[in-house]
Amino acid sequence: MEIALSVKNVVKKYGDFTAVNDVSFDVEDGKFFSILGPSGCGKTTLLRMIAGFFEPTAGSIEIRGKNMANVPPNKRPVNLVFQHLALFPMMDVKENIAFGLRRRGEKTPEVMKKVHNILERVGLPEYADKRIDQLSGGQKQRVAIARCLVLEPAVLLLDEPLGALDLKLREHMKVELKKLQAEIGTTFVYITHDQSEAMVMSDHVAVMNNGHFEQIDSPSNLYNNPASSFVAMFVGNNNKVTGVLAKDESGKFYVQDKNQLKYAISTIKDCREGDIVGMYTRPEAIIINPAEDKTFFNRTGVHVKAVLFDGGNSRLLVVTPTGQEVLVALPQNHQFDYIKKGDDIMIGWDPASSVCFKETGAKMYDDEI
Amino acid sequence: MMTKSKRLSWGFFVFFIPVFLWLMLLIVLPHIELLRMSFARPAYLKQPGFTLSNYIEFFKEPIYWNTFFRTAMYSITVTMIVLIIGLPVAFYITKVASFKTRGFLTILILIPFWVSELIRVYGWTIILRESGIINHFMTKYGIWKQPIEMLYNDAAMIMGLVYTSILFMVVPIIGVMDSLDNSLIEAAYDLGAKKNVIWRQIIIPHCMPGIISGCIIVFMMVLGSYLTPNLMGGKNSMWFTEQIYNQFILYRNWNMGSAFGFLLLFMSSIIIWVALKLSGQSLKEVVK
Ligand SMILES: Nc1ncnc2c1ncn2[C@@H]1O[C@H](COP(=O)(O)OP(=O)(O)OP(=O)(O)O)[C@@H](O)[C@H]1O
Ligand SMILES: [Mg+2]
Repeated sequence: MEIALSVKNVVKKYGDFTAVNDVSFDVEDGKFFSILGPSGCGKTTLLRMIAGFFEPTAGSIEIRGKNMANVPPNKRPVNLVFQHLALFPMMDVKENIAFGLRRRGEKTPEVMKKVHNILERVGLPEYADKRIDQLSGGQKQRVAIARCLVLEPAVLLLDEPLGALDLKLREHMKVELKKLQAEIGTTFVYITHDQSEAMVMSDHVAVMNNGHFEQIDSPSNLYNNPASSFVAMFVGNNNKVTGVLAKDESGKFYVQDKNQLKYAISTIKDCREGDIVGMYTRPEAIIINPAEDKTFFNRTGVHVKAVLFDGGNSRLLVVTPTGQEVLVALPQNHQFDYIKKGDDIMIGWDPASSVCFKETGAKMYDDEI
Repeated sequence: MMTKSKRLSWGFFVFFIPVFLWLMLLIVLPHIELLRMSFARPAYLKQPGFTLSNYIEFFKEPIYWNTFFRTAMYSITVTMIVLIIGLPVAFYITKVASFKTRGFLTILILIPFWVSELIRVYGWTIILRESGIINHFMTKYGIWKQPIEMLYNDAAMIMGLVYTSILFMVVPIIGVMDSLDNSLIEAAYDLGAKKNVIWRQIIIPHCMPGIISGCIIVFMMVLGSYLTPNLMGGKNSMWFTEQIYNQFILYRNWNMGSAFGFLLLFMSSIIIWVALKLSGQSLKEVVK
């Protein structure tokens, strides 16, 4: 596979502040690549360097093997879909889409043919003569994407293009966008702070934090094998227990929390005995009322604090006797419908389904300690 | 219900009457009188009755309509120059300058207008005249052999008019340019546009209402200005307002003077109407 975009050790500084810190990645031709990170982590800065609006402080950007240093945005074979779309209100839909083609000096009949083609592609064949303010949010979205796609860029950059849409439409556009990308085959680099957008659409996701990449992986690997505590907390839900990593007589690891409770664990990343670690367990890895006969199993009695009903994503919020809150996924077979707020139940999980990382001191939004 | 609507209309009149009186007494009534006068013969002829002779005189005497034509052409030229200078200035102030320099630059543009037009024009005179500052330094350092008279020609007059009217172009354009989303400019750039295309297709269309109102204000101001063309222009660069002044003050011919005044009003309105039609804008949109 050919590499459409290659970013090598890119750094961007604003004065003393490092917004993008030594980021490297390659995107293969035709892939959907997402950059996922919390607000202010440097996603837009990175994207704008690829588009050519900023020059990197250090490092290089190559598009289809060509170094892009000192190439202005209007000469780069990439196009950017802006966060607020930036459609030209002074032009109608077809002139918006034709804008880039005309800049290349293409003849009007050809331009119009391409415009109608791409409008067909994005499902708006009747909208060529509409004004921009006559379009709905989702339609504007598609026009903004069509305006870039019609230029057949090597890479299409998208800066949180669904951010301004309401939830329902966002869900819809997610699927649409993925379908469109698969159909047209253009390379997409998509940035978002919404992990579900990144997971649903992408072939590969890079998780960004404080200006650097924590992990680049497929969505399922990010979820199942997070490479850092940040990724574990940011991608999907996770229950976190902080404690000291220790070894018992038989050589098995366990995490001992501040109340001297011990949790067995088998997946250990980059940490040693005696380290302060965070142990992460997915809500769906936790079993309600586990069978008694399991050995090497974490088991604890808990008090149900609340039943968080959310259709297929319903969960229990429970507290351990030591006050640790834990989220437990509810299986969808109505098996546990009898559990009510205030009940006392047993929960347990396989030590293999937890993962622990050395505590870095980096705080997440809902960190306990 | 009754009382409420009554009180409302009462309040309305409190505000309306001063405005109405102002308009009636100071603008409409004098103009009606001037209009009447423009269709009458001078009083000393003792010939009452309606006549078009004042207007016919304007078209019969080439010096009058030549002056008018010249004035209109120069006013259009000055308006265009002011627009060409004003656009980048407004762009710099709204889009390039940092927040702090922005306030500073705006004040810099405003300050000259705290001084009266007369003083401003004399300021230029001090700089440009034969014994002025520029000539002093140029001859002192031997760049020019002898002083050059830079005042009293069309170029000096145009420069003076541009200077006195630039604010009235920049301010309305800043108003509309502020509302231009920067990402539109970036999007155009990203889609392959060069600077001149961005100006032509994005910035100017967006700023059109401000540009038109700026142009109308500047054009009217320049067309009706008296001091600058009089003090900075040469002997043969007569402005039409000077013709009107001459009729009223020099020849004591109020009838001719008012006819000229109405011709100026009428023809400037036509020029603005044509310009609006040519640029595809409507006055309603501009006023909005
Ligand atoms: N011109 C600038 N000067 C100084 N700091 C800046 C500048 N632009 C951005 N920053 C800082 O760089 C960091 C990254 O900004 P960036 O816009 O890339 O974030 P982001 O990841 O796109 O966030 P969001 O998801 O909120 O859009 C932020 O902390 C921001 O404060
Ligand atoms: Mg951003």
